[in-house]
Amino acid sequence: MRELLLRLWDSRIAVAAVILFAVGFVTLLLHRNLLKKIIGLNIMDTAAYLLLTSLGYIENRLSPIIRSGETDPALYVNPLPAGLVLTGIVVSVSVTAVMLALTVRLYQRYHSLNLDEIYAMAQKEHGV
Amino acid sequence: MAFVVNFPLFAVVLCLICSVVSSVLPGRAARRLSLSLCALVAIGAALLLWYGVRTGAATTYLMGHYPHPWGNELYFGILEPLLLCVFAIVMGLCLLGGRKHLSEDLEDGKHRLYYVMSDLVLSALIVLCCTNDLFTGYVFIEICTISSCGLLMIRQIGRTTLASIRYMIFSLIGSGLFLLGVILLYAITGHLLMPNLKEAIGALYESGSYRIVLLSAISLITVGLAIKSGLFPFHFWMPDTYGYATPASGGILSGIVSKGYIFFLLRVIFRVFGTNVFYRSGVSNVLYVFGAIGIVVGSISALREKDVFRMIAYSSAAQIGYIYMGISLSPHLGVLAALFHILTHAFTKPPLFLSSAQLADVSGSRKRGDWRGAGHKNRLAALTFSICAFSMIGIPLTMGFVSKYRFAAAAFERASLLVPTLIVLALSTILNGWYFMRVVIALYMPAAEADAPRAKPGDRGVYAVSAIVFICLNIICGVAAEPLVLLLERGLALL
Repeated sequence: MRELLLRLWDSRIAVAAVILFAVGFVTLLLHRNLLKKIIGLNIMDTAAYLLLTSLGYIENRLSPIIRSGETDPALYVNPLPAGLVLTGIVVSVSVTAVMLALTVRLYQRYHSLNLDEIYAMAQKEHGV
Repeated sequence: MAFVVNFPLFAVVLCLICSVVSSVLPGRAARRLSLSLCALVAIGAALLLWYGVRTGAATTYLMGHYPHPWGNELYFGILEPLLLCVFAIVMGLCLLGGRKHLSEDLEDGKHRLYYVMSDLVLSALIVLCCTNDLFTGYVFIEICTISSCGLLMIRQIGRTTLASIRYMIFSLIGSGLFLLGVILLYAITGHLLMPNLKEAIGALYESGSYRIVLLSAISLITVGLAIKSGLFPFHFWMPDTYGYATPASGGILSGIVSKGYIFFLLRVIFRVFGTNVFYRSGVSNVLYVFGAIGIVVGSISALREKDVFRMIAYSSAAQIGYIYMGISLSPHLGVLAALFHILTHAFTKPPLFLSSAQLADVSGSRKRGDWRGAGHKNRLAALTFSICAFSMIGIPLTMGFVSKYRFAAAAFERASLLVPTLIVLALSTILNGWYFMRVVIALYMPAAEADAPRAKPGDRGVYAVSAIVFICLNIICGVAAEPLVLLLERGLALL
């Protein structure tokens, strides 16, 4: 038991990231409110970036920018995960923008943010 | 001739430039640019295919000549250019054939934006076909998602906006899972390039360490891409998405975008996990079950649908089920059948959407009950619809027959799944025949009223070109399938 707890404590960031990912995933999939879905999407993406960032961080090492002329790679952390996270953030900002634009358009048309209500109204409108 | 290996990179850059330029061009010029881009990509891919067949080897293209831990790479043999060529041709034909409805469905002044999106989809498909780097793949999966959502939401009716948001939600769930899978793989191997990953995963699998993480990564990536391509039980966005989009978008999304994701998954299975690890992990069995259920459920839903567009969309869900069933059956014959079915579906589904739009125009309704005699008012559209319906059912002389035959042949390679596979194939053929023939028969019934408006010939010029090319492709590839299968087989060996 004690050992398990210690191992969990060692990988606490990964555990937190997976829990956050699950929270975001379920919100995005099941919540009826469009804005909350978008928030869920952002939580999910951020959890993935948290995991990625924590993987790239090594304790007691410097950020990978050469200042004092020291070129030994063992002194610095891995810069690649940070680069991936930056790319990922750009992607998630643009997807969020598209989702928000769609939400605005649906709200203007149906005056609701509840996906079930909107669906019912759309079905009535088209008679399907 | 080795100069041609530069083509994929230049094509991607050219597509991105064209999409930016299109945003300031007038609609007509943007359309011409987009069509020429499709033609150029098709020709370039054909040259690359010829190069691949002649040399018989795959090419690894180092971008900026940086070798592997640092640089990004493209990888293409025979399959990649072949699919790229098919995607570009189908996209060009969809844009041509759907032109009339594009001008009706889109608001004035927004036409150019449609072509911005179609250029972006093309660039994303090129990268998904050729990239050798998993994270580049992720970025272009998202570009593909956003731009295909753009193709969808540009038609400004409430139902389409609603369909786009559902499409986005499912796509984002899929790409979220994919991203998490890539991160897990990166965590246990430290690589993102496919060959290095494959080596590291093989070594990890042999040593037995990180078994659970590896299995979760494989399942997350597979499930993520399966959700994006619409495998059962995640096919609920399909009928609305394909059914209410403008016909050209319906064709592009169902015919090639979902196939882009599936082909990317195939490349990941072969080039990252390795067939050895993937087929022993048990994920393939799960795919088989969902594929088989998807075929039956998709067909039954199509049977119950009165709206022809939604019926065709449900039929897409069943076809995706076929492809996944083939992939999960066996790494050789099964994947070969799946690849052939990708081509069949790409040549069959878009003309079905385009001709249904024409038939809906002459009969004034989307419901199959109102289509009685519509075939006499627009003969070409009815002919296209019938031939493509035959192809979907699997009647000989069409491509659909060859893919069904291939699936049955693949089933014999896996004795334990032989009986269920054959039962599913037979059942779905009956259901396909039932719901498609019902529409075809209605089309050729004597018309209810003689004085109904005929389609004006002027509307049909470009549609006729695309319909005839689609019919020819379907029949030529159905009659002379053997060379194509050989080509796919050689390509599979290089994957």
